[in-house]
Amino acid sequence: MAGALINVPERANRGEIVEIKTLISHPMETGYRRNQSGARVERDIIRLFVATYNGTEIFRAELHPAITANPFIVFSTVATESGTLTFKWTGDNAFSVTESASITVD
Amino acid sequence: MTPLRGLWAVILLTATAAFAAEIPRAERRSGYDFMSRETRAMQDDDTANPAMLWVLEGEALWRRQVGAVGRACADCHGDARTTMKGVAARHPAFDAARGRPVTLEQRINGCRVERQQAPPLAYESRELLALTAYVARQSRGLPIDVTIDARTQPFVDAGRATFYRRQGQLNLACSQCHDDNWGRQLAGNAIPQAHPTGYPIYRLEWQGVGSLERRLRGCLVGIRAEPYEFGAADLVDLELYLMSRAAGMKMDAPAIRP
Amino acid sequence: MAEHPSRREFLRVAGGVAAGLGLGAVITVTPARATPAAMQEAIRKVVGASKVSPGRVKLEMPPLSENGNTVPLTVSVESPMTAADYVKAIHVFTELNPQPDVVSFRLGPRAGRARVATRIRLATTQTVVAVSELSDGSFWSDTVAVVVTLAACLEDA
Repeated sequence: MAGALINVPERANRGEIVEIKTLISHPMETGYRRNQSGARVERDIIRLFVATYNGTEIFRAELHPAITANPFIVFSTVATESGTLTFKWTGDNAFSVTESASITVD
Repeated sequence: MTPLRGLWAVILLTATAAFAAEIPRAERRSGYDFMSRETRAMQDDDTANPAMLWVLEGEALWRRQVGAVGRACADCHGDARTTMKGVAARHPAFDAARGRPVTLEQRINGCRVERQQAPPLAYESRELLALTAYVARQSRGLPIDVTIDARTQPFVDAGRATFYRRQGQLNLACSQCHDDNWGRQLAGNAIPQAHPTGYPIYRLEWQGVGSLERRLRGCLVGIRAEPYEFGAADLVDLELYLMSRAAGMKMDAPAIRP
Repeated sequence: MAEHPSRREFLRVAGGVAAGLGLGAVITVTPARATPAAMQEAIRKVVGASKVSPGRVKLEMPPLSENGNTVPLTVSVESPMTAADYVKAIHVFTELNPQPDVVSFRLGPRAGRARVATRIRLATTQTVVAVSELSDGSFWSDTVAVVVTLAACLEDA
């Protein structure tokens, strides 16, 4: 049951640096844990996060099991024009979540 | 001193000693105060608090029509931001039909079964935690205000007895850590006073949200006692006592704890 | 490290860990560990033959973490972030986690500011290293030592 929390300012001035905060629901199972019977719990993580701004990639993060569950990623981008920021998380077991946010640039 | 006077002196001293163990009202501090600056910052920022993922999910579940009658929480309760204000701060609350106090989780399940004609949600299920987190969020900043009256008094007393009773292979009572040794370090973390102001919490150890009952069961396992079942009267009574012990303290649900 | 340690080895290690934690009879499975050499190798894979110079990178982490499951981390790099001079990537490595790679962030002039934050897992008290690659091909780094404590009452899952 994936849910994501995105924080993008609704408006910004042209040229302003805006901070973007993202939080997504995911256990980030490391693959190192063992269950009660001693068997290893298989790895299940988000491996890639990509952010695009009106279709152009502005940021990417390649994640490994050391990223905490419910990955939190903060980055910034320059507000160049009004439009849509799209965020895509992909990972093990065909995990794929896409979210968008609009920004108005004056 | 006559034998009778001596006896009264002993009774008085014992009685005083029992209450001297309780944390004075003015010295009560939330678990929030015992956390590091970074963890507090995580809790304070709704855009960075992972518990908000559960709150958002709870908001969606609040509006979802379920059960044989296809009814959503919202259909009866409207906007939770208004109607659920203060509700978590008043639970556990006496339920006349059951003749005993119930937790917020039990109240939610009661509604599901009786009013929505849907099956109850399992304890610690994602849905139940999400709904509880969403409802508890509406009490943030409000003082804990459980009702202690003739009806609830016996249950508070039972909860208090549990709090002071030695249990488990380590033969420890809750009070020994949380009344007598709060603030001291136990395996690298400060022992809090055990006020349930923030539940359900996102616990860093769990990397997820969990209820007070889960935390209590964890403590019982820690002192190597058999943990009471989810929803057991022992746990509900203990929760009622803990909330009464924290009466007046501000709710900060859903909180982050180490 | 052995996939299936012998029973004696398992008990010796587990007993050692349990004794170290003062937990007596609790048996924990010691997780696999990378080594400082493995971390150096992982850094080598990223930078190739280039030199990594300390400086320009600031890795911020709490010196004492309440819980190794969730440790906040912020990395910032001094850079004008113009088309001619910007930060291409920021990589984070650990010394003693089961594997040394933590995360790689890919930036560019559109970032405006070379500053990223996330939360990571630390298996034990150890050193964390952030390496930044600039547009001119140079590599810079910062290092932080973090003390990690465990939660007091380990519960059944």
